[in-house]
Amino acid sequence: MLSAINPSALKKQFPIFKRKIHGKSLTYLDNAATTQKPQAVIDTITDYYTNHNANIHRGVYQLSQEATGLYEAAHATIGRFIGASADEIIFTRNTTESINLLAHSLPPLFGKRNELLLTELEHHANLVPWQQLAKRAGMQLKFIRMNSDFTLDLADAEKKITSKTALVALCHVSNALGTINPVQKITQLAKAKGALTVVDAAQSVPHMPVDVKRLGCDFLAFSGHKMYGSTGIGVLYGRKELLERMPPYMTGGDMIKRVSYHDAEWNDLPMKFEAGTPHISGAIGLAAAVSYLQKIGMENIRKHEEHLTALALEQLKKFSVTIYHPGINHGAGIISFNLRGVHAHDVASLMDDHGICIRGGHHCAMPLMKKLGIPGTARISFGLYNTEQDVAAVMIALQSIIKKFGVKV
Amino acid sequence: MYREHILSHYKEPQHFGSLQHATHHAHSFNPLCGDDLTMELLVKKQQVEDVRFSGKGCAISMAAASMLTEIVVGKTIDQLKKLTKDDIFKLLDIPLSPGRIKCALLCLETLHKAAYGEQSKGDKGEHHDV
Ligand SMILES: Cc1ncc(COP(=O)(O)O)c(C=O)c1O
Repeated sequence: MLSAINPSALKKQFPIFKRKIHGKSLTYLDNAATTQKPQAVIDTITDYYTNHNANIHRGVYQLSQEATGLYEAAHATIGRFIGASADEIIFTRNTTESINLLAHSLPPLFGKRNELLLTELEHHANLVPWQQLAKRAGMQLKFIRMNSDFTLDLADAEKKITSKTALVALCHVSNALGTINPVQKITQLAKAKGALTVVDAAQSVPHMPVDVKRLGCDFLAFSGHKMYGSTGIGVLYGRKELLERMPPYMTGGDMIKRVSYHDAEWNDLPMKFEAGTPHISGAIGLAAAVSYLQKIGMENIRKHEEHLTALALEQLKKFSVTIYHPGINHGAGIISFNLRGVHAHDVASLMDDHGICIRGGHHCAMPLMKKLGIPGTARISFGLYNTEQDVAAVMIALQSIIKKFGVKV
Repeated sequence: MYREHILSHYKEPQHFGSLQHATHHAHSFNPLCGDDLTMELLVKKQQVEDVRFSGKGCAISMAAASMLTEIVVGKTIDQLKKLTKDDIFKLLDIPLSPGRIKCALLCLETLHKAAYGEQSKGDKGEHHDV
């Protein structure tokens, strides 16, 4: 079957694939954890430090103006990528920090509403900050149920989103099961009841077209390192009108307009939420990663990963495995599974012997694993450079694991 | 890591099960990987007469527990307390990747808890290794 893109050609643009692991070529299938970096991103970061390095917003000299220009342009590039304006893009360290910012700065907008509504599928990053806020502020924490086919129970969502709901926070794509949540429907329900919405898009922005206006969300968080950028750079999108009404998260330099010994006035957006010297090279590198993704096309990437997911699901079924995936129509390129009689960590360790990187464990979703009644899963997650050969390599490795462990097929 | 002796202990663990009249027992759980281990000892006159373990986990943790039970019978409680990480590594005799060391040592932690259990109830109590 013809793929939407040529992944073998793309793979060549990622220098890490030149190296060998245990004498084997590298098959990287842990993209949900973090992605590899294309030469274009590495070159952009190197060029910044080689030719343009200076602190931003502070110098009147040429070099500082160049750095400032590149950093500000990064806001605009990333804004355009998700359908937002530059001043609605706040650079953070990662998804986790974006959500912590919200858990700190959003409560003043809740009014008398006392309920936080999450889903049973959340990553700890979109659970623990809200859970701790609930404890601190004496709020009620509720969860939209997951159906037995790993999709979200919309009827339950409808029941639980009420005029008491301050906030609905949910992942766009589950990092543990690959489930694509019906975000649009949830934000409509929330809007009808006047509740705010937060979308954890860490696993969707790198893999499919995402537009904040289309999704209808108030806030959206994602991580640069999961979308071919560097670690240490993340994004929080917020609707301007809301960001303006929120108090800052961290305070200090850069986020102020005027300071006296006893008072301070906040800077304009997005600087109000970017205290201190930011991760300048990370932001510029992330903009380069976005340009790289746009050149390939998010639709094409989604189609390609969908194809690999369908292929892998099909082939996995031939083994004695339990698959935790909602199916190709409701799921992204993340496949959790367990091989009968073999612990997920053993599967992952043995895959490593074949040069294959996959994850084994609870995937930062302990309550979800408990609900499923398992300690964890083995997880394959695709990126734009993965090929049909990568899928085949996994199946060959599984074959040999089964032989080793003497599992009955 | 997955040499033949490890796999054979995993597939056919020694002393797997429970003891009717255990004098010492302890349970450990590693929430990171869900490994779950119980050790039971029958001790008479300070000496281990019998041992059983039960639980579930990866091949490394189960094989290590199985191998450990093979050397505890006949040992005194004091000798059990003196067993170290290196003793476990020697028993396993495989190169362990850093991520798997915790799996290998869960059995030692549990055995130590059982050995200390009687004299000092509580203070060595529910130590969960994360
Ligand atoms: C769905 C989801 N949310 C949040 C996170 C946290 O991302 P980060 O560790 O970059 O903050 C992850 C990544 O593991 C994720 O998959």
